[in-house]
Amino acid sequence: MEKFQTLRSGVVPLPIENVDTDQIIPARFLKATTREGFGANLFADWRYAADGQPKADFILNDSRYQGHQILLAGKNFGCGSSREHAAWALYDAGFRVVISSYFADIFRGNALNTGLLPLQVSDEVLQALFAAVTADPQLPLTVDLGAQTLTVPGRAEAIHFDLDAYKKECLLNGYDDIDFLISQEAAITAYEQQRSWIA
Amino acid sequence: MAKTLFDKIWDAHVVREVAGGLTVFYIDRHLIHEVTSPQAFDELTARGLTLRRPGQIVATADHNVPTRHQDQPIQDPLSRSQVDKLTENCAKFGVELYGLGHQYQGIVHVIGPELGITQPGLTMVCGDSHTSTHGAFGTIAFGIGTSQVTQVMASQCLLLDKPKRMRITLDGELRPGVSAKDLILHVISQLGTGGATGYFVEYAGSAIRALSMEGRMTVCNMSIEMGARGGLIAPDATTFSYLEGRRFAPQGENWDRAMAYWQTLYSDEDAQFDAELRFDAAAIQPMITYGTNPGMGIPLSASIPVLADAGEAASFDKSLRYMGFQAGESLLGKEINYVFIGSCTNSRIEDLRTVAAYVKGKRKAAHVEAIIVPGSKQVELQAIAEGIDQVLADAGFELREPGCSACLAMNDDKIPAGAYCVSTSNRNFEGRQGPGARTLLASPLVAAITAVEGRLVDITQYLN
Repeated sequence: MEKFQTLRSGVVPLPIENVDTDQIIPARFLKATTREGFGANLFADWRYAADGQPKADFILNDSRYQGHQILLAGKNFGCGSSREHAAWALYDAGFRVVISSYFADIFRGNALNTGLLPLQVSDEVLQALFAAVTADPQLPLTVDLGAQTLTVPGRAEAIHFDLDAYKKECLLNGYDDIDFLISQEAAITAYEQQRSWIA
Repeated sequence: MAKTLFDKIWDAHVVREVAGGLTVFYIDRHLIHEVTSPQAFDELTARGLTLRRPGQIVATADHNVPTRHQDQPIQDPLSRSQVDKLTENCAKFGVELYGLGHQYQGIVHVIGPELGITQPGLTMVCGDSHTSTHGAFGTIAFGIGTSQVTQVMASQCLLLDKPKRMRITLDGELRPGVSAKDLILHVISQLGTGGATGYFVEYAGSAIRALSMEGRMTVCNMSIEMGARGGLIAPDATTFSYLEGRRFAPQGENWDRAMAYWQTLYSDEDAQFDAELRFDAAAIQPMITYGTNPGMGIPLSASIPVLADAGEAASFDKSLRYMGFQAGESLLGKEINYVFIGSCTNSRIEDLRTVAAYVKGKRKAAHVEAIIVPGSKQVELQAIAEGIDQVLADAGFELREPGCSACLAMNDDKIPAGAYCVSTSNRNFEGRQGPGARTLLASPLVAAITAVEGRLVDITQYLN
């Protein structure tokens, strides 16, 4: 997993609530056996017409937002299926941060395991960010993971965001849970011996 | 101290607690399938790791498989390569595989219970959000992403934060024509699609106790549709009699020992929940969804709501536009083109029996395509043994071979753009059953009656 420390980037606003993982990456694109390449089909049914042509009215096809690495989305982002492919697709398409007022549990975990930061803000902040980004499509936000702050130009104070301390360390250093779990081998074996009759 | 059912099982699986409130949590059973496992096996190999406990993993091919001619090679090259990759990986790593053609093949959440792999007090995971199904047995079962699949493969553990506990109590006797599916669609319509996010839900009450194991599986299956990490039900005599004699259920002395433990698995009287909700099960009516998430459900005879909260209006309007419906209108009389009976929610033998009992001697409407996809090879064979296949064929329904099928339309079983499908599956998301497809979630009985009538009707008028 790649490290994430700070990011200064423009934002892609997607003011839709309950964006489910079937929208992020429809199931018919899950047939690959590797992690790469899912970005091409990110939001496929919103982004492309049936003939494969980009839909002019979808935000990812709007030239003003090209190259932006922060996605700003309505509440309950990532609900539905457990497919990690949703996080991979966002990452593969260049996103490094998703901001919403809350995330579905499995998606949040998948994002953190992919190196994509799910940044949770209050409903009020979310609405203010939508307004600011709509007014200025090039508005750059700064995410500082170490300080756990989101800085918005024109806003006096930086916005603090919460993140589990362990997960923060993982992202800052590019670690994932496997190394940690492997290091617990002795404890796991001791546990198994104590209750072996069940499994 | 008084404990909830969830806490009892959770505490029994804590390997150790680590700084920051995280737990190294032990996983007893790991189910895998072709779609979310190939990258996990590759990651394992790339790190020079291997499976820690291959005997605790069971694999099947379900998400991506055709539901016709399973005895022949898969036509779609990508699907074939994914299924082949699973076969290869299982052989290489020593995992038991119930692949296409195997007598135990089927949807991962159907075969676990029917083989007795799913048992009370265990922890189970699968790279699939509907793993919550297994909670029907008093099991902590939940869906995980592929990185976590790798973690369980390598260590048999996950690093988790403990969810909050919610209890949903449903008391009262269900009305005629109302099933487990209506019950859970009602609950989700009340909580909304994110209403249980962060919680593990225990379902309790007389209406839950009265359900068969298959009904309980339907309820727990859809826990994720309100955002819950999972759902579970305390095991009881219904659970034990379902399990006894199943292929991998404990036998002899082991059964007695297991029973002694299983009988301790209930929430203590004074146990505290972080949230408690109660519903009158006797007031629940046959349900249908009208929108593009499972929280958008109403009684079949009610009208689509008119949204008061302007903040949510944009998403609500987008949803109704996609479905081609108007706020405030009734769905009764709407013409339906497709009926899909299947998925890990409703594809078990009782579901097929319900459908067969209703359609016997009737005929589907001419403009409806009615597909029934059994949840497993065993369900399919049981249906044939009971003559259900013939009843369905006479009624113009097509009984296919097992798989996830049109629930997520990864294979060829797709609903065309714009068409309405009454589906017994679990998700009505945009494009879930194919690009542009319009899904209305309902029970097997509602689906069967809709197929015969060719339109949505108040089913209470059609019951014997």
